[in-house]
Formats: sequence, C-alpha cells, structure tokens
Amino acid sequence: MISEIGHIALILSLTIALVQGTAPMIGAARGDGQLMAIGKTAALLQFFFISIAFLALMNAYVTSDFSLANVAQNSHSAKPMLYKIAGVWGNHEGSLLLWVLILATFGAAVVFFGGNLPPTLCARVLAVQAFIAVGFLSFTLFTSNPFERLFPVPLDGNGLNPLLQDPGLAFHPPFLYLGYVGFSIAFSFAIAALIEGRVDAAWARWVRPWTLVAWSFLTIGIALGSWWAYYELGWGGWWFWDPVENASFMPWLAGTALLHSAIVCEKRDALKAWTILLAIVTFSLSLLGTFLVRSGVLTSVHAFATDPARGVFILAFLVVVVGGSLALFAIRAPQLKSGGLFSPVSREGGLVLNNLLLTSAAATVLLGTLYPLFVDALGIGKISVGPPYFNTVFIPLMTPLVVLAGIAPVLTWKRADLYGVFLRMKFVAILTLLVVAWCLYETWGSTFLGTLGIGLSAWVGIGVLVDMGARVGLFRDRIRVSLSKAMRTPRSIYGMNVAHIGLAFLVAGITASSAWRTEVLRVVQVGETVSVSGYEFVFHGVEKIQGPNYSGERGHFSVNGDTRDAIQLFPENRFYPVQQQPTTEAAIYTSWRGDLYAVLGEPDAQGGWSARLYFNPLVAWIWLGALVMALGGAISLSDRRHRVGAPHRIMSGKANNRVATNV
Amino acid sequence: MFSGNRRILYLLPAAVFIVLCGFLLRGLSLDPALVPTALIDKAVPHFDLAPLDSQASPLASADLSGEVTLVNVFASWCGPCRIEHPLLMEIAEMDNINLYGINYKDDPAIARDWLTELGDPFTRIGADRDGRVAIELGVYGVPETFLIDREGRIRYKHVGPISEEDWSRELLPLIRNLRQ
Repeated sequence: MISEIGHIALILSLTIALVQGTAPMIGAARGDGQLMAIGKTAALLQFFFISIAFLALMNAYVTSDFSLANVAQNSHSAKPMLYKIAGVWGNHEGSLLLWVLILATFGAAVVFFGGNLPPTLCARVLAVQAFIAVGFLSFTLFTSNPFERLFPVPLDGNGLNPLLQDPGLAFHPPFLYLGYVGFSIAFSFAIAALIEGRVDAAWARWVRPWTLVAWSFLTIGIALGSWWAYYELGWGGWWFWDPVENASFMPWLAGTALLHSAIVCEKRDALKAWTILLAIVTFSLSLLGTFLVRSGVLTSVHAFATDPARGVFILAFLVVVVGGSLALFAIRAPQLKSGGLFSPVSREGGLVLNNLLLTSAAATVLLGTLYPLFVDALGIGKISVGPPYFNTVFIPLMTPLVVLAGIAPVLTWKRADLYGVFLRMKFVAILTLLVVAWCLYETWGSTFLGTLGIGLSAWVGIGVLVDMGARVGLFRDRIRVSLSKAMRTPRSIYGMNVAHIGLAFLVAGITASSAWRTEVLRVVQVGETVSVSGYEFVFHGVEKIQGPNYSGERGHFSVNGDTRDAIQLFPENRFYPVQQQPTTEAAIYTSWRGDLYAVLGEPDAQGGWSARLYFNPLVAWIWLGALVMALGGAISLSDRRHRVGAPHRIMSGKANNRVATNV
Repeated sequence: MFSGNRRILYLLPAAVFIVLCGFLLRGLSLDPALVPTALIDKAVPHFDLAPLDSQASPLASADLSGEVTLVNVFASWCGPCRIEHPLLMEIAEMDNINLYGINYKDDPAIARDWLTELGDPFTRIGADRDGRVAIELGVYGVPETFLIDREGRIRYKHVGPISEEDWSRELLPLIRNLRQ
C-alpha cells in the first residue's frame, strides 16, 4: 500500500513538473505575475511528492518488502540496517529516484533562497529545472520504475553486491549527485539568462553560490569514491581512470573552470558568453556521465545493469537538453556585450589561462574516455585507454595550472604590476627551492616527477601563506593591526586561499603516493617478519570469523614503529554466501607520514599465507586535500556579499565598476 | 575577429555535440565487452597438455582438427564457470558436438571433485597448470570458449560464460555453418 502511494506521488510530481515547466515560462514572456508565481508553488509541491516517493521506497527496503521487484533484486533480510537504507540508491532505479529527489531539493532551495531574484529570472530558472525533472521523472516511470511489483513474492531477496556493503557507499552517491545535480542550477540560470538576453554582474553573483555548493559536494563525492576504492578494492590504488570515475571528473574540471570564470564575469563584466557556455557544458557533462553509466556503451567496473531502451531514452533526452541549449547559445550568445578590458598579465588573464587549462583537461578526459567508442564505431578496431595516456597528458596540463594557482593571489585586476609580482614570487620561489632541495636530499636518486610534484605543492602552499602574511601585514604591523586586517579580509579571499592550500595537499599526496609507494608481495609464515620501507610487519596468523551476513578469515599483523606502541593490522577475506561472492577487506593504518596497508591473500599448502603489504606515503593527504578544497568552497560561500551583496539588480554599466574594486 | 567568424565560433559547441551524439548512438548498438582475438582465422598455436585425470586421454593441438570443436577454458575456482556449467552439460548431450576442456591454473584434485559434483561435459581435458597454453591462446580470463573448424583454425571466441541466447544466436549457427 505504501509503495502504491509512492508510485502515485511520483506520477503526481511528473504532472506538477509539466506545469512548472510551462506556466512560469509563459508568464515570464507575457509579464503575467500570477502565472510566474505558479513556478514557486509547483517547485515546493514537487519536492514534497518526490520526498514521499523516496520515503516509500526506503520503507520497502527497511521492512524488506520483497513484493517490490527492485527490493527483491537488491536487498536481503539479513543485511545490516545501514545497508538496507543505503541499498535504496545502490541500484539503477533507486539511484534515479535519489537523483530526482535532489533535483527537486535544489528547485525548492531556489524558491527559499531566491527571494531577491527578479521575478522573470526566477520563473525561468524554475521552468528550466522542471524541464530537466520531466525528463528524469519520465525516464524513471517509463523505463526504470522502482515500484514495480513482483509475483509470486520471493521468500528472500538477492542481496546487495558485497562490495557496496560499506559505509562509503552510504555517503558517496548522495554527495556525488548533490554535485552533479547542483550544477543543474547553474545550467538553468544560464538558459534563463540566454532567454532574457542579459548577463550582468548581478547574474554572475547569483550563479556563483550555487556553483560553489555543487562544486564542493562534487569534490567530496569524488573523494569519497576514491577513498572507498582505496580501502575496499584492496590493491592500494585510489584512482583507476575508469570511465565512470572519468564521468564524475569531467564535470568537476568544467565546474572548477566555471567557478573561476564566474568571478571574472561578476567582478569585471567580461567572459560572459564563455561563462554561460561553461555552465551549459558542466551540466551536460553530468548528463553525459549518467548516459555512460546507465547505457552500457563503455565497459566499466561500476556500470549499472544495462538496458538498450534506457540508453536510447537518455540519449534522446541529451539531444533535447544539451542540443537545445547549445543551439540557443549559438543564437543568443553573440548578442551578449562584453565589458571590461584587461591586459594579459592581470588576474583576468590568469583566470583565462586557468580556464583554458581546465577545459583542455576536461576535453582530454572526454577524449580518452570515449576514444574506445570512437575507434569501435568507426570499425577500426578495439582498444582500451588506460592510465598511461591520462598520466602523460595530465601532468603537462596540471603543472602550469598549479604554478598559476601559486601566483594567483598576487595578480591584480585589469593590469598586474609585473615587477611587484616578480618581487613577491622571488621570495616564494626561494622557499620552494629549499623544499625541493630537502626533498632531493631525503629521496636521493628517485624520480624527476616526484620532485616536480613536491616542488609544485610547496609553491602553491608557500604562495598562499606568503599572500595571507602580506595581506594582514604579518611581522610588519603590530599584532593588533594585523588581527584587525585579518578580520576585515573578505571571506572569499580566505575561501580561495583555503581551497588552494587543499590543492597543495592534494598534489603532495598524489605525488608521494605515486612516486614512492612500496609494495611487497610474498608468502608469510606465522611469526615471520617482513620489512616494508623500514616498517617491520610481524605475521601472527589467521583466524576464522563470522559476520552478520558473511563468513571469512582474519589475518593479524603487528608493526613496530621506532618509538610508539605496536600497530595492529587485521586484514580480512570475507565470503558472502547469498551472492556467492568473496571480498577482501584491507587493513589500513593511517598517519601523516603515510599509510600502512595490508591485504591477506590465499593460504598455501605449507601453512603459509600470501600477503600484500604496502607503505603509501602521504596518501591520506589526497582526501584531506579534497576536504580542505571543499571547505574553501564553503568558506567562500559564507562571504557576506552572497547573502546581502546583490539584492538590487544593477542596471547601468557604470555601476558594475563599483563592485569590481573590493577585491 | 570578424563578426561572421564569431558566429561560426558560437556554433562550434553545438556542432561538436552533434558529432558526439552520432558516436553515442552508434555506441548503443555495439557491444564493448566483445573482445576480438588476434588469432581469429589462424591455426591453433601448438600445445600438448597432460590430462586432468591420469587415466584419461590428453589434449594436444593436433586433436583439434578433423571435426568442428569447442574448447572451453575453465577453472574450479571460477564463479562464472559454475553458472555456465549446466549449459555445457546440455551441449555435451547434443550429438556430434566435440567439447574439449582446458583446466586453467587449477589444482587437479579440486578440479576433478568439481567435475564429479557438477558433471563432466568434456570428452578430453587438458590441465594447463601454469597457464602457459592460455597465454598462447590469448585468454583474458575464465571462462572463455573457442570455436575451431575442421582445419584446426580458430573461428570464434566467446569471452565470459555462454548464455542460452549466446548459444542459440551465435555459436550454434556458426557451428552449423562450419559443418557445411
């Protein structure tokens, strides 16, 4: 019964979305306030009904109602409660429902926070949002209905893939979708602006917080996914350039570019058409990711069960949404007047270069991801594109980007003082060279790329610290003066610097864990000691274990550090009888210096066990860096100009220069 | 930049997208899991494998000519092989289909128990304990099934477990063709 209510609620929200997609659009064209106001009510109603549908499905999972085909295929009565709940979005149908729920949540959020938007813009944004919802709701209802009944009702379900029975799964998809779907708001704003034919500083200021929210969530979502792969897949890696990973990485790269170009749009009234295009492209890449994951055109480790009918539906939807918006862009964008001029050496110039590098990177990932498909479709052959390609093309693109991030804070708008930049950076460069020298001393004879990466990380980190020091007059002014300067520095500056510090952590983590990882694979006997990168792993044996829905073996290693107590590691091999599937659970000890990582293998005939033991230096810095980047986004979001800064739309071009001066 | 050129510039994203959609549409009707083998239409590489059971007959590349033959690469530790097994049993029941097995990187004793439990569909089984022959054959993983014609050439390779549909749509028509 509850499931039928959920089904009806889903159908209702589709009809509401149809109204929301049309009435406000007509209202905005005619200047009819009542028609436009329908948009807000409809957005709230849509959120209400989709929530009911989602809760109904969750209820079916929690109560193990196997009369629903979706629950029977993906759940099991003996599964722990957390995974019953997380199992709702651990499958194609349920994850689509989560997708539309988040879409509706963002729609409702526009109603809540968009009080200062001009009525026509708000109406159009909500209408575009509703169009996207119509597409996804009909996709759910017509091809992937989670409320389909099953008869006869099975006694128990098939269970959830054991690899997905992990706390990481509970949080990874929601964050990822908050990111993907969050970019729909920037998209809707872009389409609304194209329809209105007007893009100005106020528009950019409205779009930016939504982009920041989506970008921060996507950053966390990708980091969670990579962290999950690192500890669950059990071979010490954290990024595999898998098509589905790339599908989340492309919108992130484009979204990062958007984040930066929107600043130029807001402060200098320039790069308007480009910013609009980026907003469209970022969300289009999110949609493309959906298509790749759910259509089966590419092979991937975590594609959903695929169905050609679904692929055709999403492709048709892509053509309408992306094709339509790019056509609108081609017609309307040439009419957008560009504002402020700037010299190549300026903050604008730096941001343009940043955008070129980020979009090139996104294009590179797109090419690498789809290349096997291109080659196959042209009948040339079958190939796969792997890490060697991505590493080769990524390092040359990311190196100048990171160098730029180090200089960024020093560049001023319009025209930077080249001599001043040089003076400031000379100091940063000397400190960076000291770090590089120390790194060479510590890791003598090791790779060039490792040293380069550490140098880049130091460059950004030191650049940020020197910038903050200079801003508050550290060591130059008295403490009290410095403190008050620190208080008056806008949050957006802190946001930028914190995010860039995150980048420094990320680069250091990626570099060290790739360049200096130690891996030992061998058969160990009980009592034997294995040395990995200076850490002594002692093997104490293996015992049988019994979990709630699995059985398995648990190995025991202890590692003696120089000073502290021994570290205990318990890697497990589990077997899930419902799915007849084994999993490995790596044992990981994390510290600032790096991770000790142990994986238990198979027993041999002589009573020994094969084991893989790793030391992954600085690997935790990768996820720390991503979190700090997202934190930077959140700090920037709390800047007061996003809250009170843009209540009045600035009509005259002159007024724009006023906002351009404060940073 | 001239205004005419600019217009074209604004059309560029849409143009790129149209091309991309063409490829995506084509991609929907392709199967990315289909892995070709470099050995298609080439003679089976030379090999000579000991039997799984010392009393049974061994399996060598020389045994693979004269009749249309299926060679299934399997292992007792492989989950999908277990799924595929009932179909292999059915195929073995059909008259005049030669079904040989290559037991891949397996403990012969465990593999024998596995076949006793599930039934043995193979007329001959070679034990490829170190996986050397599988490398020669270009095996990506188990199970894989090779279709070999009367002249001892590899004509088709199926990666992964064979489903009823694969059997009736792909393999059986091919076998009938080769017989003519």
